[in-house]
Amino acid sequence: MSTSALVTMLFAWTIIAFFTIRFFLKVLKTPQEKE
Amino acid sequence: MSVQRERWGSRVGLVLAMAGNAVGLGNFLRFPAQAVENGGGAFIIPYLVSFVLMGIPLLWVEWAIGRHGGKYGYHSAPGMLDVMGKSRLWKYVGVFGIFTNLTVAAYYCYLESWTLAYVWHSLIGSFEGKTAEEVSNFFHHYVDTVDGSFFNFPHEALFFFLVTLGLNVWILSRGLSKGIEIAAKIGMPLLILFAFFLAIRALTLEAGELGAVNDAIIGLNFLWEPQFDSLTNPKVWLAAAGQIFFTLSLGMGSIHCYAAYVRERDDIALNAASAGWTNEFVEVLLGGSIVIPIAVGYLGLDWVIGNVGLAMGFQTMPTLFQNWGPFFAALAGLAWFGLLFFAGITSSLAMGQPVIAFFQDHFKFDRTKSARVFGVTCLILSLWCIFFYGYGAFAEFDYWSGTFALVAFALFESIVFAWVFGIDKGWEEINRGADIKIPHFFKYVIKYVTPVFLVAIFVGSFVSPLHGDWTGAFQSLLSGNGWPLDPGSIIGKVFHLGFDDTRWFIDGNPTRIFIIDATRILLLGTFLAIAWLIRIAWKRKEQVPA
Repeated sequence: MSTSALVTMLFAWTIIAFFTIRFFLKVLKTPQEKE
Repeated sequence: MSVQRERWGSRVGLVLAMAGNAVGLGNFLRFPAQAVENGGGAFIIPYLVSFVLMGIPLLWVEWAIGRHGGKYGYHSAPGMLDVMGKSRLWKYVGVFGIFTNLTVAAYYCYLESWTLAYVWHSLIGSFEGKTAEEVSNFFHHYVDTVDGSFFNFPHEALFFFLVTLGLNVWILSRGLSKGIEIAAKIGMPLLILFAFFLAIRALTLEAGELGAVNDAIIGLNFLWEPQFDSLTNPKVWLAAAGQIFFTLSLGMGSIHCYAAYVRERDDIALNAASAGWTNEFVEVLLGGSIVIPIAVGYLGLDWVIGNVGLAMGFQTMPTLFQNWGPFFAALAGLAWFGLLFFAGITSSLAMGQPVIAFFQDHFKFDRTKSARVFGVTCLILSLWCIFFYGYGAFAEFDYWSGTFALVAFALFESIVFAWVFGIDKGWEEINRGADIKIPHFFKYVIKYVTPVFLVAIFVGSFVSPLHGDWTGAFQSLLSGNGWPLDPGSIIGKVFHLGFDDTRWFIDGNPTRIFIIDATRILLLGTFLAIAWLIRIAWKRKEQVPA
């Protein structure tokens, strides 16, 4: 795999994985209902 | 009107149901095909830019419209849009929010039923020892298009379709928390598990191993090799923006519907972001790491570029799995078609719910009766797609309901939200109860950038030039030779470009054009029937004393 393809792939994967995990963990930790 | 009290059972259930709505067959079949057809790495940058500038903002808009409508007791698009502006016409824009779900569900459930059938055939070893051509023919036999006849009557496909539709209706009739939410909580983790299994197997496939002729990583290299010159190509941008649209299930009315069951003060900003990014995770990380690497590993890059498409999932993958031996072939078939089935059913449930909610809200049907009405209507429309599959009925449904109507509705809703309801009120609506702080510049993105993006997609789809060659088309126009329209453009479709003969009957036999036009009349009739139901519903409401 070429370096440029590898860098692009890892960059995109990292961003997507970071936000997916970050937001999902926040969903798990934060109660939905607000009174 | 009385406010319905049905709610989601848990926050995780809501996010998984929303993510399940977005994650569909397209994540694993359409995304790789679009990426390959648009130059591999050339596609990814416009795709990610479109996700940030159009996808995420539209998710927030749709969640906000939904929760706002739910406050007034509306759980489907007509009522939601009616309470956003003073014009009596807005509710009719909401026709799209029912029409699209119903008509897409009609052909989507058929597609979903193929995956169930293929799980079965993978487990009983139907593909064992079959050549690529035989597996491809298996599909044509399955949908009964072998002899090219006008009328298709696929017995087995009908059976699996009825099972699939029945399952959808049953889950929908159980309600939000006991039906849809449980299906999402089971389906999504299993889907991700199956996808991880196949992605790891695909990415570790090396030339000479299990009959592979190439390293699968070559496919990944093609997908991710950046080509920055493509950033100036409108065709790639249109394809990328279009993919974002379909993958997030935008412009359907299903997100609005699910969000309508969220309480007025509960978060939507984080939930929308979480569901949207989860979809991207499944599409880019997993969807991009299965079909293309495996197909390139066995068939080579040139073959994949020349043959990529939806059919690859059903006609090619079972053959390739045969290289892994009987046990692993069955396991891979179960994982592949199983994940497609879970991706499909979590989406089709989201298509059924707005239709059910419409009848519950406006005609006071109970959930079971609404689910049955949805099932019967869907069945009638589906049978048309099934019986005339070979003559293009299925493809017409996909084009007008699954492509055109989505963009049209999203364009209308983004204008209603930002310009009629007002961006200040809209921004407040999105941020009420928010568990994340949305950067302020998204307010301007929602007001200006997203509508412009949508107008560009809409206009681009109307006049897309032959083979997507925009530069050549402008040169042709400036040199006085006119605009070379592509047969796949909206104008091209309407006027049957690409067909030499547009007669309905030849020697007394119906032609493909006849079925295409009859399908369009059926779709238009369905659209008008929904508009008529909305008119009746509002007349009833006006007659009820306050």
